[in-house]
Amino acid sequence: MRAEVDPLPPVVRAPSVATAARSALADVATLTRRELLVWLRNPSLIFFTFVQPVMFVLLFRYVFGGAIPVRVPGGYVDFLMPGIIAQTSAFASFGTAIALARQVQLGMIDRLRAMPIARSAVLLGRLAADTARLVVTVVLLLGVGYAVGFRFHNGIVPALLLVVLAVAFGAVICTVSGFVGLRIRDEEAVGSFGLVWLFPLTFVSSAFVPVTSMPGWLQAFAKNQPVTIVIDELRALALGGPLQLHAWQSALWLAGIALVFVPLAVRAYRRA
Amino acid sequence: MPARDRGSGHRGTLARPARPGWAGRAGPAATSPPRWEGPAVVVEDLRKSYGAVRALRGVDFEVGQGQVLGLLGPNGAGKTTAVRILTTLVVPDGGRALVAGHDVARSPAAVRELIGLAGQATAIQEELTGRENLDIVGRLYHLDPKTRRRRAEELLERLELADAADRPAKGYSGGMQRRLDLALSLLSRPAVLFLDEPTTGLDPRSRLAMWAVIRELVAAGTTLLLTTQYLEEADELADRIVVVDQGRVIAEGTAAELKGRVGGEVIEFQVLDRTQLERAAAALAGLSAHEPSVDPEAAHVRLAVGERGSSSLVETVRRLDAAGIATEGLAVRRPSLDDVFLALTGHGAASSDGPPTPTRPRWGRGH
Ligand SMILES: Nc1ncnc2c1ncn2[C@@H]1O[C@H](COP(=O)(O)OP(=O)(O)OP(=O)(O)O)[C@@H](O)[C@H]1O
Ligand SMILES: [Mg+2]
Repeated sequence: MRAEVDPLPPVVRAPSVATAARSALADVATLTRRELLVWLRNPSLIFFTFVQPVMFVLLFRYVFGGAIPVRVPGGYVDFLMPGIIAQTSAFASFGTAIALARQVQLGMIDRLRAMPIARSAVLLGRLAADTARLVVTVVLLLGVGYAVGFRFHNGIVPALLLVVLAVAFGAVICTVSGFVGLRIRDEEAVGSFGLVWLFPLTFVSSAFVPVTSMPGWLQAFAKNQPVTIVIDELRALALGGPLQLHAWQSALWLAGIALVFVPLAVRAYRRA
Repeated sequence: MPARDRGSGHRGTLARPARPGWAGRAGPAATSPPRWEGPAVVVEDLRKSYGAVRALRGVDFEVGQGQVLGLLGPNGAGKTTAVRILTTLVVPDGGRALVAGHDVARSPAAVRELIGLAGQATAIQEELTGRENLDIVGRLYHLDPKTRRRRAEELLERLELADAADRPAKGYSGGMQRRLDLALSLLSRPAVLFLDEPTTGLDPRSRLAMWAVIRELVAAGTTLLLTTQYLEEADELADRIVVVDQGRVIAEGTAAELKGRVGGEVIEFQVLDRTQLERAAAALAGLSAHEPSVDPEAAHVRLAVGERGSSSLVETVRRLDAAGIATEGLAVRRPSLDDVFLALTGHGAASSDGPPTPTRPRWGRGH
């Protein structure tokens, strides 16, 4: 007697766009809350979130710094800080990729996918939590920078804009890492893969040395890649100099990367 | 096929309107009827392949409202694949699956509103406490704060997690983690619950505790589809059992019917001297209504003896003794999945993942 009765499904109304958006926002808020709670429960996670960047500041300031000639107002430490901030923001995305891959492996993503929550909520919740962490990290780095001699030379508004741009840059790199984590789904592979793309991208840039000190063929890449463009803008914000060109280039790059990788990551989530 | 009537105590939860409308509702309206006609789950000719692996090759079954179906099969039979399709995680290659009247492929969002899932993987965030885990999931289902708290307390109490509720789940035992996971899947009061191997990996004591919890749920009328590798577990919990092997349904019926096909309790032993294997089988001829079956490789003999386990055991010992056959590990036991497979397919329940494990006896037909 199967399938003779036409089923009368329980009424599940198609929600209006506004309702759906409100509901998605609530889901994102819940998942952000979860991520931040987990982070706060993990003293070692908190510790290492901050230790690595501080170590890099000290290492470059006092070990390599003396050997790297730069022409900026306060010497190498002023050159260094915008670079370190960008690099730290990019490296923060390791955590995103690894955490998401782990959640796929554990089957947690499956369980979330079987719940009536927005398809983008898991990724956006993670990104929101990452953003909150990035703000804390960038501010902390600036504090450490001040302690070792870094100074803003351009006033308070550009200084605030520097924080905003650095955090936005980190969040956008997290969308790439989010996609990588959800797509590769293997914690270890994701970690190694992170090294493979993040190291060249951040080191072959203007982060630690002037691009002009690199061989010509490398300069071509280093000069035009988005990390350099963002760092040059961060530097202009901190130290003064022409802002506009790098500002709109940075904005375009960041918007472009997010526009490509958010949908890719959501798609990877749906198929996880 | 009519579902066994388990009363209508829970039915109100089936009738809730869509989120967020039902978010504010405090409790089930006990008397409202279900909103859909027909079975809770309908699966027709379901197919799914992963590359060359045909995980499901045309599976049919139904679960009536309020019924408990046990999906029984060895490793790699396709149980998880079926559950993943029914819970909207995987789109089938062919066939049709309805959950609570909704087609899982065409209206997955509607299905997700109505189901609960717990299983081989876990939804628990280990850093968070039991109560926090429940709170997060309650928020994801858009339950209002009062409902969320009340249901969480109820579930913590019922699943005996109240004392551990404020400890991080990291420190829970395996059994406690499974119970918390189950609590998470129950928080939304799902119309249809899916449990994928809910007791695999648990020690015997935790397994019994889990059975007690599931039995309680079932008594309250929850529609449940549960997968398991243990005939005993399906027997304990399910109204009806569907046996799957290599992506196909090979038998269907009540536990009693399946055991009937196996021939009830099983006597088995190993013959110390392989050359006496044939004589041992011959000595047991006529002892029960079933033929003894022999595994020459392992020098194993097994015989289904219906419900007369202990008296047949005495008779077996007497006959083997009279024939002068030395044996080892002679015992009578309840029928297992392996016995069901032997009876249905003529081979043991070797995993369909790959070659059978070398330690597993390969059973030949009796003569
Ligand atoms: N994502 C996947 N990719 C490739 N093959 C898969 C995938 N999922 C399942 N399979 C294969 O499909 C078959 C059925 O697997 P399934 O997980 O459904 O079995 P199961 O009955 O749940 O087994 P178990 O008792 O081990 O959990 C197996 O051969 C398995 O290897
Ligand atoms: Mg499985």
